[in-house]
Amino acid sequence: MLIDWFTVIAQTLNFLILVWLMKRFLYKPILHAIDQREKLIAKELADAAATQSDAQKERDEFQHKNMAFDQQRAALMSKATDEAKAERQRLLDEARKAADDLSAKRLESLRNDVRNMNQDITLRTQQEVFAISRKVLTDLADTSLEKSILERFIDKLKTSKGEEKDQLTAAIKVTRNPVIVRTGFDLSAELSATTERSIKDTFGIENQIRFETAPDLIGGIELVTDGHKLSWSIADYLKSMENGIAELLDDKSKSEADVEPAPEAKHGD
Amino acid sequence: MRLSPDEILFWQHGYFKLNATILFTWGVMLLLAVGSKLVTRKLSTDLNRTRWQNLLEIVVTAIMKQIEEVGLRHPEKYIGFLGTLFLFVGTAALCTVIPGYEPPTGSLSTTAALALCVFVAVPLFGIEDQGVSGYLKSYIEPTVVMLPFNIISEISRTLALAVRLFGNMMSGAMIIGILLSITPFIFPIVMTLLGLLTGMVQAYIFSILAAVYIAAATRARKKVDVGEEKTESVK
Repeated sequence: MLIDWFTVIAQTLNFLILVWLMKRFLYKPILHAIDQREKLIAKELADAAATQSDAQKERDEFQHKNMAFDQQRAALMSKATDEAKAERQRLLDEARKAADDLSAKRLESLRNDVRNMNQDITLRTQQEVFAISRKVLTDLADTSLEKSILERFIDKLKTSKGEEKDQLTAAIKVTRNPVIVRTGFDLSAELSATTERSIKDTFGIENQIRFETAPDLIGGIELVTDGHKLSWSIADYLKSMENGIAELLDDKSKSEADVEPAPEAKHGD
Repeated sequence: MRLSPDEILFWQHGYFKLNATILFTWGVMLLLAVGSKLVTRKLSTDLNRTRWQNLLEIVVTAIMKQIEEVGLRHPEKYIGFLGTLFLFVGTAALCTVIPGYEPPTGSLSTTAALALCVFVAVPLFGIEDQGVSGYLKSYIEPTVVMLPFNIISEISRTLALAVRLFGNMMSGAMIIGILLSITPFIFPIVMTLLGLLTGMVQAYIFSILAAVYIAAATRARKKVDVGEEKTESVK
């Protein structure tokens, strides 16, 4: 008999056990491992695709940015060039203007210098003229001149009228101080007496008369009481002449200043 | 001269006995189970894996592919049964290179047991797939007249499965035994190599036939599926 039924049953059981063992130890773990790996590969492929698309996107973005940057740079460059040109033009204009201003100032200061020098010269000349005049008149003021000056003063006292004389007369009558007569030279006793009498006659007073000598009164005489003065001297003439000349010079310099600015208008182009 | 390793008895107690067939079957089982366990103990799920894992993956995926090619749509459902059939028969044949080894598939008891398993498994898979009535209906198709023929076919193909494998494996061992007594050098080795080839071919045939039978048992349902798909596409 080729078939042993016990063996058949045993082998059937053996086979079923083997099926279970194989399922347990071979198919399940192997298939599971394969599935896991497939998932892993699929995931990695998906990741790679995602990474690639990201990279592509980033590259596009980068290129776009690069292009934008280039354009921006070109725009900025041209803008900067324009600004630099404008700035250069402005600086040149400023420098030119400053140079023009400076030259104008220098011209002005030169003119001022000339004007000042002219004034100095004029003033000096004037002072010299007066000094010479004073010297000449001082040298000439001798007794005869003094006498004539005194006569001229007494004559003026007698002939003078009006408010000035009235005020002086009133002042002399009121005061108790002596009336002071200043002369640029020493009076002789005769001349002093003559002068004192003339004054007393003229004003009708009996006040004491005191005589003083003041050398800066060039060829002159003055009568002084409390706050009032009556004088005659060559210095007065000289003073009035000096004032007249000074006024004349001032007028002249003012008129020059008004005329001068005209030639500067052509600068600045 | 013995035709089957069943006749080599190691132990017997009444009805229970331990013969060479059972012993070698246990050996093959041990080899397969321990080998699988050792390899799958530390499986890697990433891209780097061991050679043994690679080998097992190739084997398993090849079996899956074969099952799929036969026409079974979810091979992972059938691989436990069909794959184990192939591996057991194949390993039993390959082990003939070990001296003193007798392939358990050279015993008609073993092949009958395997054929019985197929005989039971086919209706089970068929019923699981299309229900009891659906499966039973396949016996009276195309007409009721075919019922006896279908039943005969069912039994005869099971018998053929058992006898085909037994005949091939037994004859291989037998030829080598005979050749050893005639030309003890070279020819037995050539015949052993041939035996390995026929053993693998038989393993393939056995499992593929089982797959075909299962596919046939689940085919009715497939036809319905295909029909539904067609009507859907028409709509």
